[in-house]
Amino acid sequence: MLSKKNKEALFNPLSKDNPVLVQILGICSALAVTASLEPAIVMGISVICVLAFSNVIISFLRKTIPTNIRIIVQLVVVAALVIIVQQILIAYNYDVSKQLSVFIGLIITNCILMGRLEAFAMHNSPWPSFLDGIGNGLGYTIVLLIVSFFRELLGSGTLFGFQVIPDWCYRHGYENNGLMILAPMALITVGCIIWFHRAHNKELQED
Amino acid sequence: MKALRNFMNKVEPSFRPGGKWAKLESVYDGMETFLFTPNTTSRSGSHIHDGNDLKRTMITVVVALIPALLFGMYNIGYQHYLAIGNSHEGWFTMFMYGLFAMLPVIIVSYGVGLGIEFIGAQIHHKEIQEGFLVTGILIPLIVPINTPLWMTALATAFAVIFAKEIFGGTGMNIFNVALITRAFLFFSYPSHMSGDEPFVKVDSILGMGGGTVVDSFTGATPLGQVATSVGEPAMTNILGEPISCLDAFIGLIPGSPGETSMIAILIGAVILLITGIASWRIMCSVFVGGLAMGALVYALPSHVYPASMLDPVTQLCLGGFAFGAVFMATDPVTGARTKVGQYIYGLLIGVFAILIRVYNSGYPEGMMLAILLMNAFAPLIDHCVVSSNIKRRARRVATKE
Repeated sequence: MLSKKNKEALFNPLSKDNPVLVQILGICSALAVTASLEPAIVMGISVICVLAFSNVIISFLRKTIPTNIRIIVQLVVVAALVIIVQQILIAYNYDVSKQLSVFIGLIITNCILMGRLEAFAMHNSPWPSFLDGIGNGLGYTIVLLIVSFFRELLGSGTLFGFQVIPDWCYRHGYENNGLMILAPMALITVGCIIWFHRAHNKELQED
Repeated sequence: MKALRNFMNKVEPSFRPGGKWAKLESVYDGMETFLFTPNTTSRSGSHIHDGNDLKRTMITVVVALIPALLFGMYNIGYQHYLAIGNSHEGWFTMFMYGLFAMLPVIIVSYGVGLGIEFIGAQIHHKEIQEGFLVTGILIPLIVPINTPLWMTALATAFAVIFAKEIFGGTGMNIFNVALITRAFLFFSYPSHMSGDEPFVKVDSILGMGGGTVVDSFTGATPLGQVATSVGEPAMTNILGEPISCLDAFIGLIPGSPGETSMIAILIGAVILLITGIASWRIMCSVFVGGLAMGALVYALPSHVYPASMLDPVTQLCLGGFAFGAVFMATDPVTGARTKVGQYIYGLLIGVFAILIRVYNSGYPEGMMLAILLMNAFAPLIDHCVVSSNIKRRARRVATKE
């Protein structure tokens, strides 16, 4: 079940081969949905689901898909899954789906998905593909969580909507940083995480 | 002098590798070059010898900033005593009030900025760069006087790390560090950067000043008033009395400490131009661009955009336009370097500053954003100028053959 290769497929994307931090994919949505923790988590779970199941489906179909129309087939599979996720969100968590607006729909164009389908699912059997999808989705989610943790804490003074910075600080002149809510600071936060990540992983450093 | 030299020679070995303070080598180098002319000579190639090193350049800019700084201090006091209805106070009291108001900001700005540079130099075992000498004095001049000190400290730290150290330190930065400090404050804490409160200090300092603010008090800058006015733009001083372009030229109006007085800024401009530190091409073309755009806007006034009813000369006298043109746009590191490029760069700064001011109600002051925008484009402008030059010469060679 979990051979060495499968373990690599599952755990490498968490840090050493992280889709956001190392391959620099999916940055756009990482900036857009990370102003607070709740939408970031929902977005992360959505991406995990779509990525895992589209990997499995494409992996099953991989021998029957004609090479020259494979991108279209992949897109159809991803689009179908994204629509299912979107409908479930609208049905059960309407507020968050409003916050995420187009970005759930835009999972279709997320580079991580196309990258994993092309690079992994087209050449591997369903079970490793499933693990690879889960791993990459988790790697993406972890980054979203770190970014949105700092952005919500410093930008709004809350975590999951609960105030964590005490009133005492506000009374003594502390103020929330409006820039953290804006996209430029999200990019700088992602940049800092990449900086620390590379500083701690010697094999990732390039000259 | 001699005693100091001997002392420096005596302590030198303990700062060199193997010595007791080897970790602080860059501090020693920094102090030594600050106190004495470095005696290292070039070993290879031919070099143009010039006594005007980076430190002296920086200090000249600081000297050019002194008129604006002194006037800014006086103006803080003047606005304060005007606000508490005591405008007959002596000029010296006003100046001392302003001095004590600004001193903490200057100390925080230098303390944080130089602290980070020292630590950075120790970590990378590099020489301490003196680029912060100018930035450290620019920051207090462009940050509103009522900004809390911790915000200034945070913004300075952010700017030094993310606008300078990350790009490789002094001389490598893309954006003007002082302006990044202001931009950080502007977007992080907008309520402290515009409106009624930030620009006039009303509380007492060390027992000086203080009192009840007069009833008719309004603390907004003239540009802030224009942006929110309906119909004909009316500018008033903090007591609600109308002011003219001449008042803005002299500078006794509310605003960030350095930016209000055109006269003090022009004295600085003369110093920079005589010593050849700043590029006259950039400086002049910023003003020309601002005038041209101001005239165009003035020719097409609209009630939707009240600032479009200001005449071009007033536009240049108000707000940070002149200060930005003289001290920020001419920054040799972030500006364009080719001669043609400098004209384009300056013109576009002037044009964009007026454009943002007039047609974007969110930003009554456009100079900061215009300069930062053109900072980003300066390398591209230079690239285009250089490559078109190469092309022209290649064509000339081709036709001769």
